[in-house]
Parts: sequence; C-alpha cells; structure tokens
Amino acid sequence: MKLENLSAVALGKKIAAREISCREATAYFLQRSQELDPQVGAYISLLDESAVLAEAQRVDQHLSGKVHNFLAKQSPLTGVPVAIKDVLCLEGWPTTCGSRMLKEYRPPYTATAVDRLQQAGLVVLGKTNMDEFAMGSSTENSALGVTRNPWALDRTPGGSSGGSAAVLAAGMSPLAIGSDTGGSVRQPAAFCGVCGLKPTYGLISRWGLVAYASSLDQVGPMAHHVEDVAALLQIMAGHDPRDSTSLNVALPDYVQQLDQPLDGLRVGIVSEHLHHGSLDSQIVSAVQQACRLLQELGARLVEIHLPHSAHSVAAYYVIAPCEASSNLARYEAAHYGFRAPKNSDHQSVTIRDAAGRQSASNLGSNEPSPLERMMIASRSQGLGDEVKRRILLGTFALSAGYADAYYKQALRVRRLIAQDYQSAFQQVDVLLGPVAPSPAYVLGEKVDDPVQMYLGDLFTVEANLVGLPALSLPAGMSNSGLPLAIQLQAPQLQESRLLATAHQLQRAGLFEPQIAPLG
Amino acid sequence: MQLSRDDVRKVAALAKLELSDSQLDDVAEKLRNVLRLVDQLSQVDTTGVEEMAHPVDVHSVTRGDQIQAGLPREAALRNAPQTDGEFFLVPPVLG
Repeated sequence: MKLENLSAVALGKKIAAREISCREATAYFLQRSQELDPQVGAYISLLDESAVLAEAQRVDQHLSGKVHNFLAKQSPLTGVPVAIKDVLCLEGWPTTCGSRMLKEYRPPYTATAVDRLQQAGLVVLGKTNMDEFAMGSSTENSALGVTRNPWALDRTPGGSSGGSAAVLAAGMSPLAIGSDTGGSVRQPAAFCGVCGLKPTYGLISRWGLVAYASSLDQVGPMAHHVEDVAALLQIMAGHDPRDSTSLNVALPDYVQQLDQPLDGLRVGIVSEHLHHGSLDSQIVSAVQQACRLLQELGARLVEIHLPHSAHSVAAYYVIAPCEASSNLARYEAAHYGFRAPKNSDHQSVTIRDAAGRQSASNLGSNEPSPLERMMIASRSQGLGDEVKRRILLGTFALSAGYADAYYKQALRVRRLIAQDYQSAFQQVDVLLGPVAPSPAYVLGEKVDDPVQMYLGDLFTVEANLVGLPALSLPAGMSNSGLPLAIQLQAPQLQESRLLATAHQLQRAGLFEPQIAPLG
Repeated sequence: MQLSRDDVRKVAALAKLELSDSQLDDVAEKLRNVLRLVDQLSQVDTTGVEEMAHPVDVHSVTRGDQIQAGLPREAALRNAPQTDGEFFLVPPVLG
C-alpha cells in the first residue's frame, strides 16, 4: 500500500485498528525519506534509525496494551510520523536553525510543542531545513544545504519552513511542523501545494522554539489535509506555564467542528490584496474559484478594505529585525554554539580582502578585550549574511536618535493595521485572499536582492503583526505545473471557523492532495 | 535616510559584528535599499496612535516563590565551547 496517499488521520485509524503497526508505518516513511531526500534536500538530519524504530515499537506496545502510562494522551494521530523544522528543540539531538552557529548544538530539553506530539505517540522522523534562524522566504539562507521544490527541482520550496513543506510535497512524511514569523509556514505550504496554519499568537507555546521575533513567532502545523492540520493543532495548542505569552484559554475540539455549517458565513475579499499589481493572474483565478465554491456552500462575499495594508511589509521589516537584533545577542559563544578558533580571535587574522591581503575592519582603533574579540569573531564567522543584515538593521532602528522614527513609528503603524482588521472583522467572519504574489520562483532568482524577497511577504506579514490565525490552502496548479494557493484569515482564536471553512473548501473540490511525482 | 559607510561601521560595532572594508560597501548598499522600503512609514499619520509592541495583551506573569529543579550543571555545561567541568570558560574580560 502507498501510505503517502493516505491522510494522516486515515493512517492513524489504521494504526489504532492494528491494521498496520506504527513501526511499519515509520519504517515506510523513513525509507521513503532516505530514497527521495537526496533529490530534495528537505532534511537537515534524519534521526537515528534504530532510535526512531524503537520509539515506534513503544507506541505499538502501548496500543496493544503491553505497556501502560506511556502516552499522556491518545490522538487520532497516535503512531503517525512527523517531521520537525530544525528551529524546535529536541533533547539530545542537533537543533541547528540552519546556522553554522548552532551546527553542533544539542538542546538539554525538548520544545513544548514537540514534547506534546511525542506524548501523543507521534514519531519524529527528522529535522527539516530552513532559512537561517527562520530569516528568509526561500530556504536559500540555510548554511546547511539547499532544499528544492519537489514539484520543480530548479525552484525554491519557499521559506523559511521550506524543508517541512518539501517533506510533505514529496510524501516523505504525512505530517510536518514549521514556524511562522511573517509567513514562514504559509508561503512554503503555498509553494509546495500543502496546507499550513499559523495559529493565533500564543495558542501554541513558544518554549523551545528558537526565537527570531518574539512578538510575531508562532509554531504552525502542516499537512496535506485540513483535518490533519486540525488534529495536529489539537495536540500542540494549550497553555504552557513556561511561556509567559502562552494563552490560558479553553480549547474547542477542532476536528469535531470541521463540519460546522458555513451557511451565512460572511467572507471578506480584501481589495488591496486581490487587485495588487504584483499578483499573478492565475492566483487571482484561484481566489475567484474559492469564492464560487464558498458561495455554493452558503457563504456571502463582502468587499473589504484594509487601508494601511500598503505599509505592512515596511512595518514588519522594522519590527522583526529589531526584535531579532535583541534575541540574537545571545549568540556570544560563551555558553553554547560556535566559537571561533583561538587563532582567529584577533580581527586582523579574520579579515582579508578578496586578494587575501589583510584589510582594515569596522573595529578601527577601538581595541576590544580578548573576551569581546572572541565574541565578535564567533558571531562574524558563525552567522550568515542575511542574519547579519537583519541584526544590523534592527540595531540601527533601535539606536539613539532613530528609534522613534523607525521602531516606534512601525509599532504605531502596526496598531493602525490591527484597527483595519478589527473593523474588517465587524463586517465579515473570515478573509480570503492570496498567500504569495506568485508561485514558486527559480532558486537564485531573488537571493541577492533582499528587498525583492521581502516584498513577496506582503500578504502574509499582517497576520503576524496583528496576531491572527491564518491558513494557506492549495488551490490547483498553474499552467506550468506549480502549486497555487489561497489564504484564509480569521479573528484571534477563531481557528475552528478557519479550519471548518478550509476543510469544506477542500471537500468541495478546491484541491485534491497530491504527492509530487519524483523519480 | 542616507546610511553612510561610517554609520554601518558604528552599528556593526554595537552589534558585535565585524565587517571588512569590502563587505561594508555591499552591506551598506543593501541596508540602504531596505531603508528606502521602510522609509514610507514616515508618511503615515500616526498622531495620537499608541504603539503596539504586542498582538495580545501581555502582562508580567509571576509564579510563587517556590524552589524548583533547574538544569543539572552537567547538562547546562554540555554545549559550552570551553569549561573546566564546573564553570564556563571565556578569554580574559579585561585585557
């Protein structure tokens, strides 16, 4: 049986009914990963095979009643394999964040979101590739390898959770976890033809999620089927005392509510998004197709304006780098991470021009102490170009004399964007629009032009700035065989409504989950 | 905002990052392009608008002052580039 063609919930049912063992399912996807990943490069690391299979066997023993109290909770996904973005800590196993800085880092603890998956009997297969510290939209900023889009190997899988999206598209795992700071779950999901949810800020604990921008970061579930996304969310969501921004709210049963009727649902179409000059016409058609299906399901369409939407990218690319510059100050090579070799502690050794001659650096005559020299050399050698650019941008935007014009002004604009959404959600229940302006682009196309890369995030950053749940949903294929996608957004904590809308769109034929045909 | 090479030099020193002269040009140019993109924020009238640092109402979360188990020393030191088994070792702080 081709297990990659089953939904994760269907596979979970088979495992629960003992039609197939967790060990068999795990071995199947491990083998598929080993066979296909050389073409795709989705994983940074596959976990140790014997350890993974031993874990699967424990789940089997639990299910056959031989071991008790192993699982904290049973889920429709118990026994199903999952791939984890390498930004989430897994105790004792490398968690690299796609960076040379953390290449050897083995966390002493497991992230809450991952721990809850393991407690529910999901088996972690491996850690997936990403833009370094989640900063990027193409996974090309990874220091640890290239990830290709399984639908077109010369194209990007999107980013920063490109590895997780590619794993799913290639059928190497039925489930994957990403993280989303400005669209990093939704845009790769769109590029790879899978579903990806960024939940309400604070719904899933950020404990053990390596920080990029703390007021924007969220862990997000990814899968081929909306039902699988809902079941994953159910496991990971919920209050965690170890994260002070974790919401302490009662959770609905997301899976049970997938069939709530959409009759009378008011769907907002954002003019500023749908009529944006950069938007590919095939994506416009995909959004219109979703509109038709929603109307058939009893929904009403309403045109909506978000007047400040033109400033979202600008606000995001001030706020996120500011928070990043503060968060990434922790990489100083004292307690963990890459430390520059002793002989390169001195800047005069590390800095050479193209011809190999020693050249002056920004440190000038300001003679740093040996400790500072070690930190500066380690940060300069351990962090990649895009990460450095964002640290510099944030440091600048927070510096004396500029903080009001940049950081504080961005926070005021953020409030105006939030108010736009507030008024929109007085008129409608969900918003429908594009995820990205175009389908997946060719590797290398934008990597040297940060601004071009940033502009691709214009439809996704708002949900992070405002803290809303937003979901990326496949919506067919382009003429050249690339996945197209739509985005749904809802008010805070309305994941149920979002997932129900998406689930019924999927069932009404918006898309049929597909595995990319790799040789 | 016209960001000069000298500005980038200063910011890099603040951020504990080292840039060679040749890197400085490329970084300064790319940062100038990004600043051109974000400078549009100054055109937005934000008179009387309160800053929004967070998407949900956050307030300080405190816990009872009870002793809880922390990370064992060995685990805390395991990832360190250099230790003496008890402490993290770094080069001299004053030198």
